[in-house]
Amino acid sequence: MKRSKTMELSVGLFMLAGILGLVFLGLKVSGLDLQRADDTFELRANFANIGGLKPRARVTMAGVTVGRVESIDLNTEWYDAEVVMSLDNELSGMLPDDSTAAILTSGLLGEQYIGLSVGGSPEMIEDGGVVRDTQSALVLEELIQQFVSNLTKD
Amino acid sequence: MIERISRLGRRGCDLLEAVGRAGLFLAQSMFGRPTMGGISLWIAQVYMVGVLSLAIILVSGLFIGMVLALQGYTILVDFGAADALGQMVSLALLRELAPVVAALLFAGRAGSALTAEIGLMKATEQLTSMEMIGVDPLRRIVAPRLWAGFVSLPLLTIGFSVVGIYGGYLVGVEWLGVFEGSYWGNMQASVGFFNDIGNGIVKSLMFALVVTWIAVFQGYDLIPTSEGISRATTRTVVYSSLAVLGLDFVLTAVMFGGLS
Repeated sequence: MKRSKTMELSVGLFMLAGILGLVFLGLKVSGLDLQRADDTFELRANFANIGGLKPRARVTMAGVTVGRVESIDLNTEWYDAEVVMSLDNELSGMLPDDSTAAILTSGLLGEQYIGLSVGGSPEMIEDGGVVRDTQSALVLEELIQQFVSNLTKD
Repeated sequence: MIERISRLGRRGCDLLEAVGRAGLFLAQSMFGRPTMGGISLWIAQVYMVGVLSLAIILVSGLFIGMVLALQGYTILVDFGAADALGQMVSLALLRELAPVVAALLFAGRAGSALTAEIGLMKATEQLTSMEMIGVDPLRRIVAPRLWAGFVSLPLLTIGFSVVGIYGGYLVGVEWLGVFEGSYWGNMQASVGFFNDIGNGIVKSLMFALVVTWIAVFQGYDLIPTSEGISRATTRTVVYSSLAVLGLDFVLTAVMFGGLS
């Protein structure tokens, strides 16, 4: 059968194109990193209020993305939010233990992310360590409330 | 009154019977022992069902991506959020539009053809003659078509997404002037491989199963006259479109309903 050769070829190309498309989606669209699993280390931080922070939000340092938020859970002992972040391995053991983590907003209406800033202590945070100094999300309603109550006091 | 109730009961029995027949039919043809040369039958069907549907799927994907970018841009630019165009286009395509629209097109392009083909085989008594010479038509005719549809539609869906995202890029970045880095960057920041792409593929696998199942079963189960074939072909398109849209809501609720 002569026709079946070209048919087989086109089916093969079709399936190859599908797999290539999946690879394109993975790498270019979802930004999948192939060695992400073992190239990161964990860091914890407790916030009094996380605002609208979501899992998979960015963790930045000086504006550069250095990791992602892995999970957010309520800590029932202190009733605050426990955020687990995974950061690039090159920062492992490089962060002083008085570094701060703040929840910031990109733009006025943009998504929320965590900004890390380095402290000056000679002691470093190890893998799985905790960032002590944290700054909660800015909740616009609370801000307005404070502003209004200050206005009415005067 | 009694007459009406008994007619309703008869309808119900007929419906249940049809569902039961369709279920048995699916189980027998998908999990039956494959025939000799099953692979080459399957390849021929992937060609008929998948490769020949490629053109319509890719062209529709391109235009849908372009329209999404155009519509999204005019709305997002009011909020000064035109940079979020990439994430809007890619999430809309990957989660909803690519699986659903590809399945609808697939039902129209390939499903109706499957029904008509098998229906004509039944009308000209080819299926009966196959049984007579000891070839099981479920394995020889139906199984390769089911598996071909099951494999082809997810691949077509992936192609649809890729082309659609590229179409969004063409309109958003090349024409309307969204910054290229934010188009891809926001996309990569918000699309998760397993959450979005993986769930989209799971959706399209389900749709593939449902659409080819309906198409093949309608062909196999029709009344073997020319009118029967035309009605079964229509039913294939109607039932599979409804099934895809209904199932899509259920799947979306299960997959993305929990996402806050």
